[in-house]
Amino acid sequence: MSGTWLTTRAWLLMLPLLIVMVAVIGWPLADTVQLSFTDAKLVGTSGSYVGFDNYVRLVSGNAFGRTLFTTTFFAVVVVTVEMLFGVLAALLLNQRFHGRTLLRALLILPWALPTVVNATLWRLIYNPEYGALNAALTQIGILDNYRSWLGEPGTALTALIVADCWKNFPLVAMIALAALQAVPRDVIAASYVDGASAFSRFRFVTLPYLAGPLMVALVLRTIEAFKVFDIIWVMTRGGPANSTRTMSILVYQEAFSFQRAGSGASLALIVTLIITVLAVAYGTVVKKVAGSAA
Amino acid sequence: MERQSPLFRLFLHAAALLLAAIILTPLLWLFVMSISPAADLAAKPLRWWPATMDFSRYATLLSSVENSAGAAFMASLRNSLMVAGMATVAAVALAVPAGWAVSRTPSVGWSLSVVIATYMLPPVALAVPLYMALAKFGLLNSVFGLALVYLTILAPFTTWLMKSGFDGIPREIEQAAVIDGASLWQTLRIITLPLAMPVVATSALFAFLLGWDEFFYALLFTSDQRAKTLTVAIADLAGGRVSDYGLIATAGVLAALPPVLVGLVMQRALISGLTSGGVKG
Repeated sequence: MSGTWLTTRAWLLMLPLLIVMVAVIGWPLADTVQLSFTDAKLVGTSGSYVGFDNYVRLVSGNAFGRTLFTTTFFAVVVVTVEMLFGVLAALLLNQRFHGRTLLRALLILPWALPTVVNATLWRLIYNPEYGALNAALTQIGILDNYRSWLGEPGTALTALIVADCWKNFPLVAMIALAALQAVPRDVIAASYVDGASAFSRFRFVTLPYLAGPLMVALVLRTIEAFKVFDIIWVMTRGGPANSTRTMSILVYQEAFSFQRAGSGASLALIVTLIITVLAVAYGTVVKKVAGSAA
Repeated sequence: MERQSPLFRLFLHAAALLLAAIILTPLLWLFVMSISPAADLAAKPLRWWPATMDFSRYATLLSSVENSAGAAFMASLRNSLMVAGMATVAAVALAVPAGWAVSRTPSVGWSLSVVIATYMLPPVALAVPLYMALAKFGLLNSVFGLALVYLTILAPFTTWLMKSGFDGIPREIEQAAVIDGASLWQTLRIITLPLAMPVVATSALFAFLLGWDEFFYALLFTSDQRAKTLTVAIADLAGGRVSDYGLIATAGVLAALPPVLVGLVMQRALISGLTSGGVKG
């Protein structure tokens, strides 16, 4: 069988997938680009060409900078906490103790919980009148009066970050644990024989095996965190006073609440651009880390 | 190997208990809310465990008396099953041939990178044209339209998993069958697909969970009981004027049950899928 025929056959087998992908992803993406240069409304007028007006107006408006900051802050904090906590949990679960198998099984629960259910659960916990957090803190004596955790700009974002970290640190922990279990036992044994300290064992024996998978987890979680919509929509809808409004929420408001399809599309493309830059930058680092670890 | 000192063992067990408490407390509270009488949940100081367990909300939600909370819940449950189910079947049907082709033909491997790259796209980048197109074809507020949109997420993901899966099946087995005179189609049907069934099953489960979990597109493209999915129904409950928080918690428990059970039963397969997909990508 010749190489050309093999390649043709491969394309034929991929054809159904490619057709669907072009229809549901390729074409809409191209259409978003086209829309972003118009003043189209979501319903009715298809709009006329306005050049880069949407982009200029959005970037110079005051909502954009603030929202970009909120999103970046959210992403940096949740990813940092999840990575730290995930690796700590994995290191713990890699040790021998009673109930380890059960605890490893429990780890999957927050991850499996649907995002919307997680958001609803924490919304109930933070409830200003009947929430468990208020009740617990007042009963212990830490808090004098019930507070509106999601209703005050000072606490809403932190409350969201806690809820997101609780759901997502197990993913990092599972990836890290799988990597830890891949460290060959004789290598660890050799490090003991050589009298390595606990720190240098971690730094020089374990970490090289962890680095690659952790980088992948870091990339996936950062991109997810930057795109965040569901948990915020269900818990605060971006409020109070826009203190938890992220880029995806802003796009939703622009395109669907205010029905400005054109400028919504511009905003969506700016978000896409930022994520692409992040993905490419990370991709380069991942290749480096994976290369040096192997 | 390492001998654990008594102090270190104590520390390990304390840390394990702390981790278990962190994971379980919110989940247990969700369940307790679902079985506590409304009065207990509104009591000050809050009752942490109900005097009498009240399972009536489960019966309320799982009944289909017309115009009740149950009817809306059951409709959204059915919609979620249909949308996630249809999208999963379609995604796997597309992913199996494509995944095999990429796995066996390195020269087209770059096309998979393009497909995977689309998985990183934020849904907001596609939402406006998809909304307009669905409106034009009368597919807004339709389970079929939503299932089609879910392919944007499910198809790249399953193709990626299937490609990794086929990579694990030695091509020598296929070549041996071809030498014995089997046609390509026979080889795939008799040799490769049966060997790939575990991967197909894992990919399908992953895809179904992704569909079950999806919220953004469902929020945008559905508006009533004909197509609203469970995630949208729960968000409606949480954001609405429902006075009984226990009912919201019950809906949450019911929606969480399928993925949580799948997660617990399939833990090993899920984790190996996560890591193989993650590491090789």
